Amino acid sequence: MIEFERVSRSFTVGDQQVSALRDINLSITSGDYVSIMGPSGSGKSTLLNLIGLLDRPSSGTYTLDGSNVTALNDTQQARIRSRKIGFVFQSFHLVPRLSAAMNIELPLILAGIPVQERKERVQKLLENYGLTDRAHHRPDQLSGGQRQRVAIARATSMHPSVLLADEPTGNLDQTTGREVINLLEQLTEQNVTLILVTHDPALGERASRQLHMRDGEIIPNHR
Amino acid sequence: MKFLDILQFAAASLRGSPARTGLMILAMSIGVAAVVILTGLGEGARRYVINQFSSLGTNLVLVFPGRTETAGIGPGMLLGQIPRELSLDDAQALLQSRSVRRIAPLTLGSSQISRDAKNREVVVLGSSAELLEVRHMTLGKGQFLPAGDLHTSTSVCVLGATINRELFGNASGVGNWLRLGDRRFRVIGILSSQGESMGFNTDEIVIVPVASAHMLFNTSGLFRILVEARSRDSIEQAKKEVETILFSRHNGEKDVTVVTQDAVLATFDRILRALTLAVGGIAAISLAVAGILIMNVMLIAVSQRVKEIGLLKALGAPDVQIRHLFFTEAALLSVAGCLSGVILGEAGVFVIGKLYPSLPITAPWWAVLAAISISLGTGIVFSVWPARRAARLDPVTALAGR
Repeated sequence: MIEFERVSRSFTVGDQQVSALRDINLSITSGDYVSIMGPSGSGKSTLLNLIGLLDRPSSGTYTLDGSNVTALNDTQQARIRSRKIGFVFQSFHLVPRLSAAMNIELPLILAGIPVQERKERVQKLLENYGLTDRAHHRPDQLSGGQRQRVAIARATSMHPSVLLADEPTGNLDQTTGREVINLLEQLTEQNVTLILVTHDPALGERASRQLHMRDGEIIPNHR
Repeated sequence: MKFLDILQFAAASLRGSPARTGLMILAMSIGVAAVVILTGLGEGARRYVINQFSSLGTNLVLVFPGRTETAGIGPGMLLGQIPRELSLDDAQALLQSRSVRRIAPLTLGSSQISRDAKNREVVVLGSSAELLEVRHMTLGKGQFLPAGDLHTSTSVCVLGATINRELFGNASGVGNWLRLGDRRFRVIGILSSQGESMGFNTDEIVIVPVASAHMLFNTSGLFRILVEARSRDSIEQAKKEVETILFSRHNGEKDVTVVTQDAVLATFDRILRALTLAVGGIAAISLAVAGILIMNVMLIAVSQRVKEIGLLKALGAPDVQIRHLFFTEAALLSVAGCLSGVILGEAGVFVIGKLYPSLPITAPWWAVLAAISISLGTGIVFSVWPARRAARLDPVTALAGR
């Protein structure tokens, strides 16, 4: 359950205040599939960063699963990112010197999960995403689709309740993009909240709920 | 995140850029090796000098005639007097002191030595039976000067190894007669070869009883008296008593100089230790430079891996963890550099030791320890800042690679 109450975010550019988000009120229930669309500069990514606790609102409160997370310090927020939130990025963001398996294992290592359990989980994820034979390849030896599959496997390794995807198909061709979207959509069946930022209206329309943004605001009753 | 995982992750990032890691370790190990080798050389020089000194005898107090002090022109000089010389009775009187174990009077001169058609110039040392022990000499063949009254002149001599070889070839000269100046002496012993020590070659001398030397050179004064104290602790006491005895025998006139071997030794020790510290200190500067290099490299690593740091933050790594990761990386670099430096240094010391066997070169443990702690210290201290910088990055801008 994600609840935004009068959330604003402004940046100082030079000596000017620029509002990226203005008074956003938003509520997303668990297991929802939400797409966020809008032109660039409309505040999509800022909203996603705020939901993912990578950024802090200038004003307003953000409640995640019933607790006010705006009040938490950096370390506590990092803990929530580790346990509840998974990220999938447009440019994959895999660590280049680590193998596919190691990249998937990374969140588990950071969270201090015991080695035995880590290995089991990674093995399972590699199977689920059809990457078993690529486990020991480094990212530069993988295709784009494989890289994004590794990234999704990594994002889900800690069983997050919220998965945030920022243009996950932006660097992929049509077919592989479709495959990746299918994988993400399958996750919503396991009660994972999927929030997808995209330019592509065809993609966005697949979501059960669509948010359209312009100038830092969500446009009500779009269409 | 567990310690072992942090270690593995840091090691993996170091392996990720082998050239940079290799060069870093090289810089560090050169610094450490420099400290180890240079202090080793300094320490080797110090030990060399000390060994040379102690081969001259232990617990020695040396007595010279005359007084080395600035006192203007004394009345004695105007009257054409020379300082009172040290006599054999002076030497003998020193045995009254409880702190004195043995004494050996020394008279020095040079004379022509000849046997059959062979002759050469030699240094003749007049002394007593005690010299062998006091001066730590070893006898090769035959026997040393006979013990007995110092005033008795017997016509016997002991030859240095080289002199014996030159006069008698490979055969021993013991029992043969030879001529020193205008007197005939019988060879009763040959010193074993000891080589040069402190510029004095015992292989090229002839030793005769002190009374015979006085006759040979027509003198009665002593060049020096070697006094051996009973123990290390009684050296100072012996020195004082020697002074008291001699001053009272010379009617209270302070016309002898008494120094302890330890005093001379301590001076050399201090000078050479200061030298070792100085070279060690200069080498330690290179270690500090290596530390700053590590900082530089880590700062570059942070800016090269901004995206990775952003990712780690997004995956839920708290600031502390990121700090630990970079810190561990720098610490690993320092440890690796340090270890290879110590190995390199010790290898260098070993090679130099093989090349110059007479120099007892070993790196002193405190220098090795100091090199290790300085290198680890600088490496770790200088990595704090880059690590903090990495941890403080804003995740959103870091992920964007800005």
